[in-house]
Amino acid sequence: MSGQTESELAGQVVELVRRLGGPAAQAETVVTRADLALTRFANSAIHQNVSESTVGVRLRVHVDGRTAAGSGSVVTADGLSALVERTLAAARLCPPDPGWPGLAPPASTPDAPPVDEATAHAEPDQRADRVGAFVAAAGNLSTAGYCRTAHRSSAFANSAGQSAYGRSVEAAMDGIARRDGADGVARRCADRLSDLDGAELGAQAAAKAQAAADPVELPPGHYEVVFEPAAVADLLQNLSWYGFNGKRYAERQSFAEPGTAQFDRAVTLVDDPLSASGLPFDAEGTPRRALTLVEAGTTLAVAHDRRTAAEAGAESTGHAVAGGTTWGPMARNLRLTGAAVGPASATGRSTTGAAAGAVVDTDTAALVAGVRRGLLVTDLWYTRVLDPKSLVVTGLTRNGVWLIEDGVVVRAVRDLRFTESYPRALGPGAVLGLGARAVRQPDRVDGVWWAAPSLRLASWHFTGGASG
Amino acid sequence: MTEFDAATAAVQAALDAGARYADARVMHRRYESMTARNGDVEELTQDESVGLGVRALVGASWGFHAVPDLSDAAACDAGRRATRTAMASARVPGPPVDLVPVQAVTASWASGCQIDPLGVPLSDKGDLLVDATRTMARHGADLAEGLYQIWDTAKWFVSSEGHRIDQRIRECGGGISATSIGDGETQRRSWPSYRGQYGTTGWELVESLDLAAHAAQIAEESRALLTAPPCPAGETDLILGGEQLALQIHESVGHAIELDRILGWEAAFAGTSWLDLAQLGSLRYGSELMNITIDPTIPGALGSFGFDDEGSPAVKRDAVRDGRWVGVLAGRDSAAMASLDYGGSVRADGWARLPMVRMTNVGLEPGPHTLEEIIAATDDGVLMDLNRSWSIDDKRLNFQFGCEVGWEIKKGRRGRMLRNPTYTGIGPLFWRSMDMLSGETVAWGTPNCGKGQPGQIGHTGHPAAPARFKNVRVGVSA
Repeated sequence: MSGQTESELAGQVVELVRRLGGPAAQAETVVTRADLALTRFANSAIHQNVSESTVGVRLRVHVDGRTAAGSGSVVTADGLSALVERTLAAARLCPPDPGWPGLAPPASTPDAPPVDEATAHAEPDQRADRVGAFVAAAGNLSTAGYCRTAHRSSAFANSAGQSAYGRSVEAAMDGIARRDGADGVARRCADRLSDLDGAELGAQAAAKAQAAADPVELPPGHYEVVFEPAAVADLLQNLSWYGFNGKRYAERQSFAEPGTAQFDRAVTLVDDPLSASGLPFDAEGTPRRALTLVEAGTTLAVAHDRRTAAEAGAESTGHAVAGGTTWGPMARNLRLTGAAVGPASATGRSTTGAAAGAVVDTDTAALVAGVRRGLLVTDLWYTRVLDPKSLVVTGLTRNGVWLIEDGVVVRAVRDLRFTESYPRALGPGAVLGLGARAVRQPDRVDGVWWAAPSLRLASWHFTGGASG
Repeated sequence: MTEFDAATAAVQAALDAGARYADARVMHRRYESMTARNGDVEELTQDESVGLGVRALVGASWGFHAVPDLSDAAACDAGRRATRTAMASARVPGPPVDLVPVQAVTASWASGCQIDPLGVPLSDKGDLLVDATRTMARHGADLAEGLYQIWDTAKWFVSSEGHRIDQRIRECGGGISATSIGDGETQRRSWPSYRGQYGTTGWELVESLDLAAHAAQIAEESRALLTAPPCPAGETDLILGGEQLALQIHESVGHAIELDRILGWEAAFAGTSWLDLAQLGSLRYGSELMNITIDPTIPGALGSFGFDDEGSPAVKRDAVRDGRWVGVLAGRDSAAMASLDYGGSVRADGWARLPMVRMTNVGLEPGPHTLEEIIAATDDGVLMDLNRSWSIDDKRLNFQFGCEVGWEIKKGRRGRMLRNPTYTGIGPLFWRSMDMLSGETVAWGTPNCGKGQPGQIGHTGHPAAPARFKNVRVGVSA
């Protein structure tokens, strides 16, 4: 493998495009080296344990009014030349691209949080020991999940003179404990592996699994709900991908209407990529910065890359992703700001008896305390969009549902299917409470996360029980 | 240094470092995709990736490491790191690991291909999508989208048991979609399915789809759906088209019979299965019309190969015979743990991913009817086709699907179009209600099956034909 730095390789690619494509050829490239590792466990044993040390080059060229993109994993001189040659050749054979927005101009990128070197270079033993602590803390319950670390070192360059470099790290742990088919979950991500306590997470998952035992089936219908952060993360992801996506907005496939009070006043959504370790630039080299999408219930903005921004007569918000011409720009570090709306008590009423352990934090306890009759939902699963414009989504509960009566969790409930419009469920007057502390939840891909507190909603439409 | 040399070096290094078994996969994959929208090419991407992944077994613990470098030094280092990772796994050990025997062979295999898809001029491929999307826009679609994808994968597999197998698998496919946007919702129609039909074939598959010929009709149907009556809510007889039934098979049978799920290996993410190995051979999964095979030997189907990524040869097996559950998708280690004698369904999504249990071609054998006979025999029901949304629980029991279009069936005739058709049910109850099945089978390809952590995208095939199901709940809405 080449010993050159990512910045050197990126510069070399841009120079190759200039040499092979002529002075008018426009090019942007991102070179990324990554060390990704994931230690996976099931039946309380590590059964899959993987790591990869990779390098990738992504290139987009615009020549003679035509655009093409390519990528490769070979960073030798021959490999880079081949990538440039085939991408230029592809562009020349393409039809004209009238929507080409031009390259990102030179701009300084913001400072990103420092990288924790211990996490960047974590050894498999360190991940295994956290798994061991999770398993031990769950006692005699069966456990499953993962502990992962990710380190990316990435350089951007384009032929307009923009160049940037950054590194990111992330550690995440996600595990369940199981009792007689009832599961409890604990899930976190952090900038430092040392911030993940396997024993704490294992104990939390075990307590929830114990509390989830012997569930009863409830009839479908509209229920008041308290969603824990894992469930709220699903709302944020779908709102981001389908609603605050500048391409879908331009296509009139999004519900978003900037300037309109579409959400409850308790809802403030901010995409804040550099509040945690992250790269300081997007796939087009535009500096990343915080973007408020919703403030006190009013939609303010959607995410843009250069192409959607040009169509909208706006500026890129730094949300370009690879493949974004097709999928659109995406906010991937969204935080629902906690506001402590609703019950004033930070302690709430403790849950006792068979359901003890269902509530794992004081935020959630405070929200539960205000519910006369409703459901506490830990996690959502397999959510799919029935209609993107109204953002009607179907999915199921997972990893624990409990019935709340008179402010107390009284018993476990079997999983339910729901069919609900996410923006409608969060609409004006629909949010009855919000926890104070946003908990960062990992996505399936490192670098993507959703931070949310627990959330109390007036109504959620459950359309099916466990038996259909 | 050849690809086999690199794989051999990695395996030997893993053994030298203490592994009792090791295997390595070198993969070289080229990928090309083009999307078009409203008469313009939207995005053209060409990717090329080469690397090596090595898997090591130490005692009862696995380790895996991957690198994008085929030099001797890099391959050996990858082998050693895989072994070191396996030793770390032993800090939280599991039960003993065995591998069901597979004859070590030296072999080559290639999928069939009449027209090299990467050899077709980009301008021709672009013209195809541009023309089709232009036609759809002209016939009323607000969003007219077209897509093709091509994968050309060469792989070299070596194991410490003596396997030495190279394969070349070419896959491609494509499709078109028309979306019409109303005040509060959108309606979509696609051909031949959303994001297309795929197979282990050459460009001849895309040509056979005749995208341009269907562009006007789907655009007009998407527009008409905006004002069509909604699918009524209630229980009725449900006729599913073959494309939707393929996804029904994928979600409620294919995933359910994955042995790693049954054993709990996917419990925290993809989920488990409602199936219990103690009932293998006796459980009634569906009606007697239900005959599901696991068959990676089907020429041209998307889940076909010569050997899986553990070196097991492609073999056709029964999964469900006359409605009874009789087989699983398995790998060498999971099969041994379940006291079964076959693997053969393990694949990796590229060189950087661990091979794991994946669907191959899991589909229905043809039935005795035709779609027209099924419609004619239905007094009151709904016909639905082309998937729009899919959701199923972590045990693969409780599902809800949405389709692009429905048609009212009254007194044996197809009536008016219905919008927003959905249906929901419980897997085995649903399959037991299947009382008519067509023989008009198509091996549908699904190129986007997600599973595993880190995530892997699998390519699977699903032979399916239209079928009827009794007393199904339809018309679920928000």
